[in-house]
Amino acid sequence: MSLVEETGRRALPVGSIGHHATGWWAMLSGIVTEGALFAYLLFSYYYIAAQPHGQPWPRELPSLLLALPNTIVLLVSSAAIWFGERGARRGNVTEELLGIAAAIILGLIFITVQFFEWHNKTFSIQSGTYGSLYFTITGFHMVHVAVGLLILLSIFIWCWRGYFGPHRHAYVSIGAIYWHFIDVIWLAVFFTFYITPYLMGRT
Amino acid sequence: MTEIEYDRVPNVADESHGSELSARLRSLWESKPGVYGWFATVDHKTLGIRYIVTAFIFLGLGGIEALIMRIQLAQPNEHVLSPEQYNQLFTMHGITMILWYSLPILTGFSVYLQPLLLGCRDMALPRLNAFTYWVFLFSGIFLYASFLIGAAPDAGWFNYVPLASIEQNPGPNIDFYAMANIFLGISTTLGGINFIVTILRFRAPGMSINRLPIMSWGTLTISVASVLSIPAVSLAFFLLWMDRHFGTHFFDPATGGQPLLWQHLFWLWGHPWVYIIVLPALSMVSQALPVCCRRPLVAYSLVALATVLTMVLGFGVWLHHMFATGLPTMALALFSAVSILIAIPSAVSLFAWLATIWTGRPDFSTTFYFFAGFIVVFVIGGVSGFMTGSVPVDWQLTDTYFVVAHIHYVLIGWNLFAVLGALYHWFPKMSGRMLDEKLGKISFWFVFIGFNVGFFPMHITGLLGMPRRVYTYSADMGWSTLNLISSIGAFVLAIGLLITLFNIVRSRRLGQLAGPNPWDADTLEWSTTSPPPPYNFLVIPTVASRSPLWEDRLGEKRASTPERGFALDHGKETLGTTMLDAVPDVIVKMPEDSLAPLLLSLALAVLFTTMMLEAWWWLGASIVAILIITMVWLWPRRNLGEIEGSTS
Amino acid sequence: MWSGIGADLGDRPRKRGGMHLFCVLPLLLYAAPARADAPLGYLSGAGPRNVSNLTWGVLTISILVVLIITGVLLFAIFARRNRISSESSNERELVSRAGNPVAVIYAGLVLSTLVLFGVTIWTMMTLADIAAPPSAPKVTIEVTGHEWWWEVRYIGDDPSQTFVTANEIHIPVGEPVAIKLRSADVIHSFWVPALSGKTDTIPGQTNTTWILADRAGTFRGQCTEYCGLQHAHMGFQVIASSKEKFEAWRQAQLRVASEKSGASPGQRVFMQKCAVCHTIRGTRAGGRVGPDLTHLMTRGTIAADTLPNRVGYLSGWIADPQHVKPGSKMPRLNIDGEDLAQVRNYLETLD
Repeated sequence: MSLVEETGRRALPVGSIGHHATGWWAMLSGIVTEGALFAYLLFSYYYIAAQPHGQPWPRELPSLLLALPNTIVLLVSSAAIWFGERGARRGNVTEELLGIAAAIILGLIFITVQFFEWHNKTFSIQSGTYGSLYFTITGFHMVHVAVGLLILLSIFIWCWRGYFGPHRHAYVSIGAIYWHFIDVIWLAVFFTFYITPYLMGRT
Repeated sequence: MTEIEYDRVPNVADESHGSELSARLRSLWESKPGVYGWFATVDHKTLGIRYIVTAFIFLGLGGIEALIMRIQLAQPNEHVLSPEQYNQLFTMHGITMILWYSLPILTGFSVYLQPLLLGCRDMALPRLNAFTYWVFLFSGIFLYASFLIGAAPDAGWFNYVPLASIEQNPGPNIDFYAMANIFLGISTTLGGINFIVTILRFRAPGMSINRLPIMSWGTLTISVASVLSIPAVSLAFFLLWMDRHFGTHFFDPATGGQPLLWQHLFWLWGHPWVYIIVLPALSMVSQALPVCCRRPLVAYSLVALATVLTMVLGFGVWLHHMFATGLPTMALALFSAVSILIAIPSAVSLFAWLATIWTGRPDFSTTFYFFAGFIVVFVIGGVSGFMTGSVPVDWQLTDTYFVVAHIHYVLIGWNLFAVLGALYHWFPKMSGRMLDEKLGKISFWFVFIGFNVGFFPMHITGLLGMPRRVYTYSADMGWSTLNLISSIGAFVLAIGLLITLFNIVRSRRLGQLAGPNPWDADTLEWSTTSPPPPYNFLVIPTVASRSPLWEDRLGEKRASTPERGFALDHGKETLGTTMLDAVPDVIVKMPEDSLAPLLLSLALAVLFTTMMLEAWWWLGASIVAILIITMVWLWPRRNLGEIEGSTS
Repeated sequence: MWSGIGADLGDRPRKRGGMHLFCVLPLLLYAAPARADAPLGYLSGAGPRNVSNLTWGVLTISILVVLIITGVLLFAIFARRNRISSESSNERELVSRAGNPVAVIYAGLVLSTLVLFGVTIWTMMTLADIAAPPSAPKVTIEVTGHEWWWEVRYIGDDPSQTFVTANEIHIPVGEPVAIKLRSADVIHSFWVPALSGKTDTIPGQTNTTWILADRAGTFRGQCTEYCGLQHAHMGFQVIASSKEKFEAWRQAQLRVASEKSGASPGQRVFMQKCAVCHTIRGTRAGGRVGPDLTHLMTRGTIAADTLPNRVGYLSGWIADPQHVKPGSKMPRLNIDGEDLAQVRNYLETLD
C-alpha cells in the first residue's frame, strides 16, 4: 500500500495545533538566535574581565539585596505562565487568565525593581567599561522582558476574547516558551554579574 | 458562523481531477493582479525572483566600484581617485559583495526552489518571506544613501576600531554601515528561521531526512549557522554605535575598552559567514551537476555530512583572521591546525563531483561548463586558503594581495561560478524559456578567462609584498605590470557577465520554450510546469527515493507518486510532516497576501533612520508603528486555524 | 521529457585547449617571487629560512594539487565520454550506477588527510622555531605606529642611552633585535618582509616581535593594517650593518643637535612653524605630533619612506605635504621662497 493510501485513512489535524504549529518552531528558532545574542554579550564581559590591562572594576561586591529577590520574582512569573498555559490546555478560562495576569504583574514588578536598582548604582553606563557592560547587558535583558510583557498582554487580550481553548492555544504556548527563555537568560546574566565576583574572591 | 475543522481526512486526487482542481487551487493561491498584488504577494516564486534580481543589481553596483578601483590601480601613482574616494569605494565594494550580494543571491535561489524541491506549496512563513525581502531591499537602499551625501563607510568592510571610532571617524559614514548591517541582519536571521522550519517540517510525505535534496542540506546548514552567528556582528555594530554616540567604553583603550573585542565579535560571525555564503552554492552544484552528468550524485551521505561538518568546524577558526594581533602561541597553534584541517570535509564534495563526472556522461551544457570551471577555481581558492592557514606563512601573506586573490577565488569561484551555472539550469523552470546555449558558452569563456587573468596575478603581487587597501603604489615595487594585467582581466570578466545579462533579457521573450523538464532531471521541481502554477503542485507529491523522477530508469521499482497525492484544497493549504521520516502530521493553513510585511519593513527603515539622526521622539513613534503593525500581522485568524470554536 | 537541445550540447567542446593553457599559470608562481626588483617580497629575504622553506613547501603542494585535480577533471570529462557515448544512442540516457566510486573518495580523503596533517606538523615546528629569537636580544627597540609614520625609540640600559628617531631602524647583522610594538592612534602593522612576519600595533597593548638579519643590507618595511587615508604611504626602512657600523650609528644618534651660536634664519623659521609638531633634541623644538628630526640627514628617505631624502624632494615635501600625502597630519603651511630655502638649509645641518 502506498504512503498516500496509508495516510489517507487517518484524519490529520488542521491548522495551528500545539507543537505542530509553524509559529512554535519559529519561536524555538528565535530563542536560539536571541540566546546566541546573550552568549555574545556575556562573552564580551568575560573577555574584557580576563584582560590583564585596563581599568580596575568596582571594588565593592555587587549587592544581592534587590537582585536576588528579583530573580525569584521572575522565576515565580515563569510558574505563573506555566499555570496559565495549563489552563488553556484544559479549556479553563479562569486559570488561563489568572496565570497570564499574574505573570504580567510579576514581570512589571521585576522591571520596576530593576529600574530602582539601576538608579542606585554608583556607576553609570559612561563611567567605564564595567558600567557600560552592566547597563548594556541588563538593558538588553530588560528590553526582552518588555517585549515579553507585550506578548503576554496580547495573549491575555486574546484569551479574554475567547480565541483560545483546548484545541487551539498555540499562541499561549509560544508566548510561554518565550517567557521561560528570558527567565533562563536572566539566570545567566545574574550569575555573571552578581555571583562570579563572589566566586572569584575579588572584584 | 464558519465551521472550524480541527481535523480532517485529506482527500486524495490525481491528474484525472486536473482542470477542476487546478482552477480551484489557482483561485485560492493566485495573487491579485495590479498594484496591491505586487506589493502584497507572499508567493515564494515571485519573491525568489525578486531576491535574485535585486542581488544581481547589488553585484553590478559592487562590480562598478571594483572597476573604478582597478582603473586607479592599473598604473602606479595614479590620480583618478583621491585617497578618501578610494577608501569609500573599497569599503562599499566589500560590504556590497559580501553582505548584499553573496548571501541574498543564494537566498533567492533557495526561496524559489526549496518549496518546489521539497514538494510543498510555499515556505513555512510566507509573510515573513516577503518581509525578509523588503528588509533586504530597504537596508541596501539605506546603505547606498550614504553615497548620496558623500559619506559612505570608509574604514574597510571589517571596520576595525579605533579607525571606526568617533574620534577617528566623526562623520555619519560608519553609522550608515552600523545601522544598515543591523537592519540587514534582521532579514538574514528571520530568513534563516523560515528555511529551518520549511526544510524540517514541510517536506513531501516519504521524503525522510536521507532523501532530502542535497541543495536543502546546504540551505538548512547555513540557516542554522546564520541564526547562531549573526547576533555577534549585530551586537558588535550596536556596541560600536553606543561607543560612538553614547559615551560607552567597549572598544576605547584609553578607558579600559578592548579594540580586539571588536575583532573577536566581528570574526565570530565573519568566519561562519564566509561558509554561509558558499555552502549553498556548493550544494547547488551538487544538486545540478548530477543532472548534467546523467546520474545521481556519488556519495550523497558523505557530501551531506561534509557540508554540516565544514560549517561546524567553521565556527572554530575565527582567530585565523587575527593571527598578527599578538595572540598567545597556544591559540595560534590550535587555530592554525583547525584552519588547515578544515580542508578535509571540503575535499569530500570535490571528490564527489569528480566521481560523478567520471562515472557519468557530461552533457556539455552551459551549466556544465560553469560547473567544470567552478571546480578548477574551487581548488585554487581552497589551496590559497590552506596556505594562509599556516601561521608562519600567514604572517607574511596576511593583509597582502595574496589574501585578496584568495578571497576572490573563493567568492567569485565558489559563489559566482556556481550561481551562473545554477542560473542556466533553473532559468527554464523560472521563466518557461531556455537561455541561449551559444551565448552562454561565450559568456563562460569571458568570465573564466577574465576572472583568472584578473585575479591569478594577485597571488604573485601578494607574494611580492603588495599590501591590501592601498589607493596607489610606487613604480619601484615591481607590481606595476601585474596590476595592469589584473585590471584588464577585471574588465573582461565584466563583459562576460554582461553577456549573460543580455542572454537573460533576450531569452525571456525569444528563448526556446522549455516545457516542464527540459534537462530530464530527477527532483520534484521538474514534475510541475515551467513556470510552476501559483500552487506549485496539483497534489502534494509522495516520494520514495532521492531521485523521484528517475526511479524506473535507475533500475528501481517506481514508488514515488508525484502525480497522485493529497489535494488539500479546502483553502490555501499545504502539508506538514515529521522531522525525520516525513510522515504527514498536520494540514497547514497558509496566509493570504498582505501588506503588513511591506509596512513593517518601511517602519523599520524609519526606525533606523531616526537612530542615525538621533531623533528620539520619531524613534518612539516608529516603535509604536512597529508594534501596531506586528499586532495586526499576528492577530489570530479563523482562516489560519488559529481560533477555537465554531461560534463567537 | 528532454526536448531536443542536442544541437548545442553536441558541440565538440573546446575546453580542452583552454584548460591546457590554464595549467601553465600556476607555474608562474615559482618564477615571480624570487625577483630582486620587488623590495617587499620576502622569499629572497635575509630572514628566517624556515618560513621561506615552509612557504615554498605549501606553495608546491598547492600547485601540485591544482594540476592534479585539473588533470583528473579533464580526464573525467573527456576520456570516459568517448567510451560511453559509443555504447548508447540516446545522449540523455541515464547512466546506471557503475563501479564503486565511493571507494575512490575515501582514498582521496585519506591522501588529503595525510598531506594536511603533515603540513600541520611542519607548521607547528616552524612556529615553535620562530616564536622566540634564537638568543636573548641585546638591542630593544620600541616602535610606535602613528598615522602615518613610525616612531622609533631605542631603549638603553639607562635613560641617557635611550634615543628617539623615526621611520628608519638600524640593526646589527647576525643578532636578534627585540621590537616592542605600540600604537598612538589606530591599529597599524609592522612588517619588514625580508626579515620577519608582521605583527599589529594595537592601542592599549604592547605586542612584541623580533627580527634578525643574517646579512647586511637595506630592507624595506610597510604598514599592513589599513589605518586611514595614507596607509599606502606608511613605509619604513631597516638597515642592517656590521656591529661596528651599528655602534657608530647609535653613538651618533645619541648626540643632540648642536645649537650653533646665533640662530640661523632657517632655525628661526623652523621654531616658528615646525617646532609645534617636531622635536630637535638640543633645541627648544619639542613637538611630539610628528617625527623627531634631530638627525634627519642620516636618513635615506622622508615622509615614511615615500620620498628620497634629497634637496628637491625635501623642499617639495615642506612646501606642500598635502600634494604628496593628501590627508596627512602635516599641513600646508605656506612656507615658500626665501623661508623655504632657509629652513631647508637648516635641516640639512641636522646630521
